[in-house]
Amino acid sequence: MTAAYTADEMMTVAAARRLREGQSCFVGIGLPSTAANLARRTHAPGLVLVYESGTIGARPDLPPLSIGDGVLADTADAVVSVPEIFNYWLQPGRIDVGFLGAAQIDRFANINTTVIGPYADPEVRLPGAGGAPEIAASCREVTVIVRQSRRAFVDRVDFVTSVGFGSGPGDRERLGLRGGGPRTVITDLAILEPDPASSELVVTHLHPGVTLDQARAATGWDLATAAELRETAPPTPEELGVLRHLTGDSGRTRP
Amino acid sequence: MATVVPLADAMADLVHDGDSVALEGFTHLIPYAAGHEIIRQGRRDLTLIRMTPDLIYDQMIGMGCARRLVFSWGGNPGVGSLHRFRDAVQNRWPAPLEIEEHSHAGIANAYVAGASGLPFAVLRGYRGTGLPAHTARVRPITCPFTGEELTAVPALNPDVAVVHAQRADRRGNVQLWGITGVQKEAVLAARRSLVTVEEVVEELEPRPGAIVLPGWAITHVSEAPGGSHPSYSAGYSTRDNDFYRAWDGISRDRETFTAWMARHVLTPGAEAHR
Repeated sequence: MTAAYTADEMMTVAAARRLREGQSCFVGIGLPSTAANLARRTHAPGLVLVYESGTIGARPDLPPLSIGDGVLADTADAVVSVPEIFNYWLQPGRIDVGFLGAAQIDRFANINTTVIGPYADPEVRLPGAGGAPEIAASCREVTVIVRQSRRAFVDRVDFVTSVGFGSGPGDRERLGLRGGGPRTVITDLAILEPDPASSELVVTHLHPGVTLDQARAATGWDLATAAELRETAPPTPEELGVLRHLTGDSGRTRP
Repeated sequence: MATVVPLADAMADLVHDGDSVALEGFTHLIPYAAGHEIIRQGRRDLTLIRMTPDLIYDQMIGMGCARRLVFSWGGNPGVGSLHRFRDAVQNRWPAPLEIEEHSHAGIANAYVAGASGLPFAVLRGYRGTGLPAHTARVRPITCPFTGEELTAVPALNPDVAVVHAQRADRRGNVQLWGITGVQKEAVLAARRSLVTVEEVVEELEPRPGAIVLPGWAITHVSEAPGGSHPSYSAGYSTRDNDFYRAWDGISRDRETFTAWMARHVLTPGAEAHR
């Protein structure tokens, strides 16, 4: 049995499902944090949430508004300094999954959270890098969660804040990036994965009710599909129930 | 040895026009009261250094204190943009703002180098990103042992570091716990420092896991109860998430912002952090 759900809920549930029990996950703010907390409250109770504020193994009741909310420190296995979280925990490749958002993402899964338009005279000045460049470089794999539109899904990002596959196969190795890079991009319409040969993002799953034409219309490059195109399993009542508890009238929802 | 002095006196002594100033505190323990005092004293042409320019830097930029910003993430966490920061970068209001942009790992390591008395830090970072093209203060460096290419960032040694902590004793020894960010590194990297505290006590009770910054490593300590609001001080207050959300509306418009600052920061006795 499935219930009615929104596109954002489908996206968050699909993202949560990518996280596996016992993994460590370096969590970005916003949607990634909601999805990671959903995973921890459903199929992956032993998921270790790592936030760049230095909290390791946080178990918040509800997704925090900020990555430094007191609940993260109060419920964590360890609280360490910011130099330590980046140098000892992230840089050597100890973290399984990096979970990131994006303002723009391109066909090679490079992420921009810095500027829209020219750097010196931007149309929109975005927050910038934060921990993302090193999360994208060092985690064993990266999951990106971002709403799909032509504004966000561009042929080439205006600024490479965090490297996906650069300009194609072999670039990560040439740059000395140790992690495996983006393995999954989850949107409100579909799931995309890099093609093993070209490193270009292709659609592997369409969410229920979404057509390939819709996904293509929301993408700024000529979007291809995997050899086998599947439909994402819709959210289960349990997943929806937990998600709605997490984002409910708690006053901690993403605005 | 730190001297325990009123906030206004500490700030007048420590921060001068043109200085480089780091107000740190990673979401937790952000020194709002100190930032408001800098605004009230009308400081200009500051180089503001901070990993996460939070609302306090949005306020200082919007009030014209800053000439230059060194940072790694400039947003309102979980809410959206810093509108005054954006207005300064996109429209040069109220003044042009030079920016020097890094990643968190880069700034954290630059403080570590500064605190360690080293000229630079080395990290596995920045490679392949657009950041090195826009700041000369990030350079490739070859490992002398393996030949691997890494990234060097020069040490940060601010003229002044300002942090907020839970407690100090009357000799200026400071106790700080919870999410500790880069506060210790910033204080030890800086030429002069101010720690504002929730309270000054006779004796610091031992507290497991707490950092103690000894008074001899600090210039001034000032009592500023509630001085981290709307961020928080673990053990004393909780984060005012409603204010972070409200700031989006207050800061979006120049006139609303200016009126809010006049009422809540510039008016004597009406400091917003209380």
